[in-house]
Amino acid sequence: MAKTDYVIEVKNLKKAYGSNQVLEGINLKVERGTMLALLGPNGAGKTTTVRILSTLLGFDEGMVTIEGHDVKKDADAVRKVIGLTGQSAAVDELLTGRENLVMMGRLYRLTKRSAQARAEELLEQFDLVKAAGRPARTYSGGMRRRLDLAVSLIAVPPVIFLDEPTTGLDPRSRIAMWDIIKQLMEAGTTILLTTQYLDEADQLADRIVVIDGGKVIAEGTAAELKSKVGKDRLELTLKDGKGLIAAVKVLGKQVVDTDDKEHSATIIINDTNKDVQKVLEALTKAKVTLASMAVHKPTLDDVFLSLTGKQKKAQTEEEK
Amino acid sequence: MAVELEFERKPKFLLDVQDSLIMIRRSTTHIIRHTDQLLGTFFQPIMFLVLFAAVFGGALEQSLPKGVSYINFLMAGIIIQTVAFGSTTTAIAVSSDLQKGIVDRFRSLPMNNLAVLTGHVVSDLARNGLSTLVMIITGLAIGFRTSASPWEWLQIIGLIGLFTLAFSWLASIIGVMAKSVEAVQWLTFIIIFPLTFASSAFTPTDNMGSVLRAFAQHQPITQFVNALRALLLGTPIGNYGWVSLAWGIGTLVVIVPFASWLFRRRGAN
Ligand SMILES: Nc1ncnc2c1ncn2[C@@H]1O[C@H](COP(=O)(O)OP(=O)(O)OP(=O)(O)O)[C@@H](O)[C@H]1O
Ligand SMILES: [Mg+2]
Repeated sequence: MAKTDYVIEVKNLKKAYGSNQVLEGINLKVERGTMLALLGPNGAGKTTTVRILSTLLGFDEGMVTIEGHDVKKDADAVRKVIGLTGQSAAVDELLTGRENLVMMGRLYRLTKRSAQARAEELLEQFDLVKAAGRPARTYSGGMRRRLDLAVSLIAVPPVIFLDEPTTGLDPRSRIAMWDIIKQLMEAGTTILLTTQYLDEADQLADRIVVIDGGKVIAEGTAAELKSKVGKDRLELTLKDGKGLIAAVKVLGKQVVDTDDKEHSATIIINDTNKDVQKVLEALTKAKVTLASMAVHKPTLDDVFLSLTGKQKKAQTEEEK
Repeated sequence: MAVELEFERKPKFLLDVQDSLIMIRRSTTHIIRHTDQLLGTFFQPIMFLVLFAAVFGGALEQSLPKGVSYINFLMAGIIIQTVAFGSTTTAIAVSSDLQKGIVDRFRSLPMNNLAVLTGHVVSDLARNGLSTLVMIITGLAIGFRTSASPWEWLQIIGLIGLFTLAFSWLASIIGVMAKSVEAVQWLTFIIIFPLTFASSAFTPTDNMGSVLRAFAQHQPITQFVNALRALLLGTPIGNYGWVSLAWGIGTLVVIVPFASWLFRRRGAN
């Protein structure tokens, strides 16, 4: 079969656990050498999707192909081209870091010599040389995650699934993990990453698919998603309550939010340069003095909240 | 990347064998590094043997055939019982692999998945062999005597090995099906305990009530115990040898593919 431009293709994927419909028709396409981030809150169906794509889980409807191989009909062919780093670290606790790597390499059908050489290389790359001779049971959470990722890279698979690779890591380890992932991307690996962190998707991914309740609710590049939620916001902080009242008077309906404690008002602006100037002029004219001001660009968090917020509201109402 | 990667180019069945060897090595390493469990391998059989001989010996000696001491009678039974309970280790190992998510890793590899179970079963064979050896030595120290010839010893080893394999494969099924390691523990207990006690392992079956006797005389553990006892003591073996062989091989033929099928299914729906 000729290889398509899309390394990962998922069409109308549906999966239910009993009566619990977990995936309600997911569509995904990942181009060769790019990263897709699957972004969603707890229970969205991220892990379920990754497990199906990595041949661990069956599904009810739809079609999934990896490098042109159907995951249902040709699972073994799929397994040869994928590496999986699951949500919980899947390393052998009683074996040492080095033993884990060599064993998994052998199970990928690497020759003994290749497996050993590659293991040393990865230990070096993942800063695990010192701990290589200790059982994985004695590793810290961060080390275990690194070993877990190293294990899935042992045979240099062209497609990698990363299920929440940085959850539970401290900021430093997180950035170290990002660096490793960026190196993988530079090497041309096709990656599907799941995350609950918007900055992570923003930092790493070429495209983002937001899922919630087993449905795709938005997709695009980080910039596209941000522009959906739209406008920049200007936050004006006044010296005291009096100042705030005066400022609100001047700005009128432009004010979308005020905070009495902080003496601040927020307005939406369309054109940052012109609108800020106008606001300042108006305030100066009315002799209102500012303590500070700041322009806020929309973050992916805003995207996320505005997209998943509706469903959240519906849920809490149901619970009542 | 600096390292040039080379992949094995063996035929598929050789790769499957290689997977099994890799997994046997893994499970054996587990057994060796689980120091506390390894101690149990040595001390539990000694404890059972000495306690049973001391507690039941006096009371049961009269009901045994003339000239047979209880320690000689007990040896075959206690070996089979220890091996049967030893299979719990296989069940626990399989179950804890499944709980820990490492099986997900194995499943995502192009390996032969049955090798995961083979690894646990075969390494358990070695561990049980060690237990049996410890028991026989202890037995000899407290009065056990055998008339077995080298050829009979070969049969004894083969029989114990077959029983161990069959039971460990059975146990692996419990390991695959149970939802937790705790469940494995009580499940194996309520299956193995009655099977070993309602048998000829510790007492002759003749004095049991009629229903119990009918069960005890026909269930597989009794066949193995009787065959083993005959070989150890040099008494006539009758059909027990062949019947045991049939039970052992029959169990393997049915259980191995079933366990493999279950293992592949588990989690995949
Ligand atoms: N084995 C299972 N049996 C029944 N329901 C399940 C099973 N596994 C997952 N689910 C349900 O499927 C839904 C999606 O779960 P999934 O693990 O895919 O979410 P997720 O997006 O990975 O969440 P998280 O961010 O918490 O990891 C949840 O409602 C969960 O309860
Ligand atoms: Mg998850």
